[in-house]
Parts: sequence; C-alpha cells; structure tokens
Amino acid sequence: MATFLGINLFGLFGQLLVGLINGSFYALLSLGLAIIFGLLKIINFAQGAMYMLGAFAAWMVLNYLGINYWLALIVVPLAVGAVGILMERLLIRPIAQEDHLYSLLLTFGIALMLQGTFTHVFGSSGMAYAIPEALQGGFKLPFMYLPAYRAWIVVASILVCGATWWMIEKTRLGAYLRAGTENAQLMQAFGINVPLMVTLTFGFGVGLAGFAGVMAAPVYSVSPDMGSNLLIIVFAIVVIGGMGSIGGAILTGLGMGVVEGLTKYFYPEASSTVIFLVMVIVLLIKPAGLFGKEA
Amino acid sequence: MKTMNKTLLAVAVAATTALAGFVQAGPVSDDKVKIGVLADMGGVYADICGPGCVTAIEMAVEDFGGTVLGMPIEVVSADDQLKPDVGSAKVRQWVENEQVDAVGGLVSSAVVGAATKVLTDNKKIALISTAASNAFTTSACSPYNVHWTYNVAAMANGTVKPIVQSGKKKWFFITADYAFGHALEGVATEVIVENGGEVVGGVRAPLGTTDFSSYVLQAQASGADVVALANAGGDTVNALKTAAEFGLTQTADVAGLLVFTPNAQAMDPATAGGMTLTTGFYWDYDDATRAWSTRFKERHGAIPAMGHAGAYSMTMHYLKAIEAAGTDESDAVMAKMKEMKPDDFFARNATLRADGRMVHDMYYVQIKTADERRDADDIFKVLDVIPGDTAYAPMLPECNFVKS
Repeated sequence: MATFLGINLFGLFGQLLVGLINGSFYALLSLGLAIIFGLLKIINFAQGAMYMLGAFAAWMVLNYLGINYWLALIVVPLAVGAVGILMERLLIRPIAQEDHLYSLLLTFGIALMLQGTFTHVFGSSGMAYAIPEALQGGFKLPFMYLPAYRAWIVVASILVCGATWWMIEKTRLGAYLRAGTENAQLMQAFGINVPLMVTLTFGFGVGLAGFAGVMAAPVYSVSPDMGSNLLIIVFAIVVIGGMGSIGGAILTGLGMGVVEGLTKYFYPEASSTVIFLVMVIVLLIKPAGLFGKEA
Repeated sequence: MKTMNKTLLAVAVAATTALAGFVQAGPVSDDKVKIGVLADMGGVYADICGPGCVTAIEMAVEDFGGTVLGMPIEVVSADDQLKPDVGSAKVRQWVENEQVDAVGGLVSSAVVGAATKVLTDNKKIALISTAASNAFTTSACSPYNVHWTYNVAAMANGTVKPIVQSGKKKWFFITADYAFGHALEGVATEVIVENGGEVVGGVRAPLGTTDFSSYVLQAQASGADVVALANAGGDTVNALKTAAEFGLTQTADVAGLLVFTPNAQAMDPATAGGMTLTTGFYWDYDDATRAWSTRFKERHGAIPAMGHAGAYSMTMHYLKAIEAAGTDESDAVMAKMKEMKPDDFFARNATLRADGRMVHDMYYVQIKTADERRDADDIFKVLDVIPGDTAYAPMLPECNFVKS
C-alpha cells in the first residue's frame, strides 16, 4: 500500500472522498438555511425540525400511501414547503418587525414542539427506511468501496445546489428577490409583491430541508432528534460561509465536510467540535464570513 | 444594512453557541407504600425506559392488588431529562418531602449514579431497571441498590465470548466517547483478550454522530474480523446502517454490544438481519413472556424492551418482600429481597446477590432477516440461553453487605 510520511495514502483518499460526500450533504442542508437566514434575515431554528419532518414524511408516505422514494423526493419537499409557507404566514409574519430574537425563539419553540410531538407519536428510537433498489450496491474504487447511494447524494446535491444558485444569482427572479430583501419599499413601488415573494422564498428554503430529509432517510437514523443534531453544525457552516452568500454556503458545506472527515481520521474525538473551531477563527479574522459581503 | 447584518450575525452566533425525613409509625411508613418512577420521558432513551417503565410499574402494582399489608400502593413519576442534577433533585424532593419509599425506572447511568447517592443517604431503595453501568454493584455499590435487568459485563460476556470462541480473533471498536462507551469497551476488551483474541484498533466517536462512514472505512482498513459497536440507541442504528452500506458487513461481523428491541426495530432487516446480541429479556421467548408482553403492548402500544419487563419483575419482588417482611422499612425489605428467590416470567434461575446484582438467565439472540419475520414485532431468534453465572462477573468481596 502506498504510504507518505507514515500515512496510508489509500486510507487518506477514502477519507477525503467520504468528506466530500458529507460535504455535499452539508451543502444541501445549508442551502435552505442560507436562503432564509442570508436573504430573508430570519433565524429559522425550525430548519432542523423541517429536515426531520422531511425524513418522517418520506417514511409515512411509503408506509401509509405506498409512495416510493423517487416520488417522495418530489412530493415531500412540496408538502414540507407548504408547512413552511403556513408557518411564515401565520406565525413569523406577525412578528416580522420585531427584533430578530423573537423569530429565533418562535422557531426554536416550533422545533421543540415538533420534536416532542414526533417522539410522542413515533417514539425516540426512529423508523427503518430501506435504500431504494436502484441505488443498492456500489462501485469498487482502487482505494475504497463507494456505495451507489452516496454517489447519488453527491449528484443530487450538485444538481439542486447548482440550480438554486443559478436561479438566485443569475435570473431576473433572483434579482427581484435580492433587491426585495435589500429594499422592500422601493421594490414594492416598482409593483413587485414583496410579502408574497418572501413567503414563497421561505417556503422554498424550508422545502429544501424537506428534500434533504428524504435524501437522509435511507442512510441515517430517521428519528425525532436527527434535525437538532445537525442544525447547529449547519448554522455554523452558514456563518462561516458568510451571510447572504448562496455560493459561499455551498462551498463552505463542501469544505467543512472535508475538514470534518480528516478530523475523524486523525483525531475522531474532536470531530464534533472542529467546525465550531473553524467558525471562531473565521469570525475573528473575517467577521462577515469567508464569502460574506460587508455591505 | 451593515449594522443589521452584524446584529443578526451576533444573535445567531450567540444562539448557536448556547445550544451546543419523616417520622415512622407502624409497619408501613405514612400508611402507604409510595414508588417513584424516574425515567427519560421524552429524550433518546424514552423508548427503552420512559413512559413504558411507568406503565410496567403500574401494572405490577395492579397485579399485586393495589395494597400491601392493608395499605395502598401509590406510584408517582418524573422526567429526569437525562440530567443528573434534575434527576437527583427530584429524588431528593421525593424521599425528603413526599414520603417515597423506593425509586424505580432509572435509565441513564449518569442520572442513576447521582440518584442512588441521594437514595443511599436517605436509606431508600433504588430499583435500577435499565442503566447499563456495572458500577452500581461494584465501585459504587450500596446496600440499597438493586440492579435487575442487565449490565455492561453481561452484555460483553454474552455477545463477545461466543464470537471470539468461534475463531474470530481480531476486533475493532467503534465506541461512544463517554463513560458508558468506555466502560463497555473496557469489559469487552477483557473478554476478548481472556479468550485469546486481540483488539487491532478502534475509534471514539462523539455521542450523537450522524455519519459513521469515516469510522467504517477505518474499521475496514484495520482488517478486523469483528467490528464491535460499543454505543447505544441512534448511534448504533447509524453505525450499522453505514457498515452495511459500505459493504463492511460482508467482510466482517458487526456486533452490537447494547441493542434494545426498539433499536432493533428501527433498523432495516436487510442490514441488521443476522447480527447477534445479548438481551435480558425477549417478549416472544415462551408462553409466559408472551402473556405478559401482550398485556403490556395493549396498554403501552409497543412490545416491551428488556427494561420494561425488568421494572415490572423487580417491583413485584419488592412488594412481595414488603409483605414477607411485614414492614416497608428499607433494611428489612432489602434483607427479604435478597433472601427470597425472584422467580417469574422475567427472572429465570435467578438470585439477588448480596451486592444487589440480580443474576438471571440472559439470551443470546440473532436479529431476524425480512424473510424470517411474521410481523414488525417478530425481531429476534433466540440462539442460546446464557446462565446468569456465566454472564455476570463475580461479586466483589467489599460489596457483600450481608457479610459485613
């Protein structure tokens, strides 16, 4: 086996690839948050609960309605997005003018209620969800075995992240959105329905969490606390990437996956803290985040 | 805009960081026997001993007839929130102000460690059903501790020994990085070495790790015959899912050192089928276990985990001992509990040792594959019954309270 400086290179390649896979998953998760947090300036602590809701919804539509994984990938994000729209219209909108702390506490409360309800109904152990047949098995690479589902995570994540980035940064719709969040009154004077745009954007961001939930169901434990475990990491990623930067969130997600992967290889005990260490360093050196614009 | 972004950022960062004695008169004190149930009502262990433990203990009280020595039996319960300070404060309030005589349930080893201290100080009995640590009858033993269902030593002996003896000598550990995981890894390592095996590597993964793929790759690279999961709950489920996905289960055995029935039900049979483990109870073992488990399921909505059955069995034994002793005074009741042989659908060939350890038959089981299952509750195949003496470590002389 090839070694360099006493490090098993094949092992290292494996860890790098696994890091990239996890990173693409982080990118997918942070995307929705980056839109809601970065563009709409709403601190949505229910984003993790929405991810959990997506995974459970995938399980429910399969077991109650017979809807398979592929259909769930379309149906579930729409349903979770609809929940997000209701949440924005009925709960967040009335306190939109208040301090950011209010929406933070509100969404945190919603997250706890959802998590508690799911624990009550489904128990704390979680549900089993099988990998869809077409994605079972994997590829034998020279340095590791790559499961087909993990390859699919990378492909799906690149497609969704790429399309979302393009939509927000390169299309007219995206330009309206960015302008609307910068100066709502001016945009409204131009005849753009800003409140509706905010609602739909929030719904879209939440729907992305639902999508990530469906993606996660076959490989991670589908349990009520799955979202709260990840949410804090994802928030850190968005903060590192820089507020308001969609591309920044995507690239940081990928990067942090690799950083975490290497930590798991060299010093596993630190793997749950390394991202926060990076966050502290980045904030000290570049308070706006790696890709953030100091407006 | 600049200030707004800064405030927003500050708030988000702050929030993100933040989250990471009574007088005794007559044979029964206060004219009632009061049992407190301290368990995890809504956290990660809620399924293995939460509301289900309350149900099991209430069933025991009802089956006993609701009264003992002519006095009513009362059950109260509380959520420990998996926090030692919350749990021990509740227990203190119970025993000092609310006339609680014994506390049952008791899940997380950290909470139980704090709770048993308060109970021992007040000479009240701890009926430990679900905690894993063997400390309660060894390094932290007490004349008022009763540890009923299983402990880490029984799990390691039951699961590890047969696998090492079958010729699979090289082991790799994926261990939860906190006291429980370290303890489980420690006892399992002893069993491996004693039986001629060796530990070729291991990783300590933080509690609540979502993605185990990195650790699975390391396990694969180690060339181990067996990968032992010294963790519990969602960590075990996630680790096993990933092990199957990366093909590890085809080249090595994966041994879950602590798996409860609800965890096994949460795993896809395609990945978990064939895995062997040790349990203190299986609901579908024979007519007696089925009869009780069916009643439990009617009330609780799910089949019992081992801690539920244990909580029922030990509450029954506790109440019988009060009746036999003619008092609910703790020393007399403890003496009777240790004198009388526990014998019911749960406790088979059982004795309650002087150190408070209940030694009973354990079960070496295999998780059924999808084809072998009748329904969602049909999850284990019992391969072997492990006699209590083989499963549990011998008593330490200093914990022999009867002698001293």
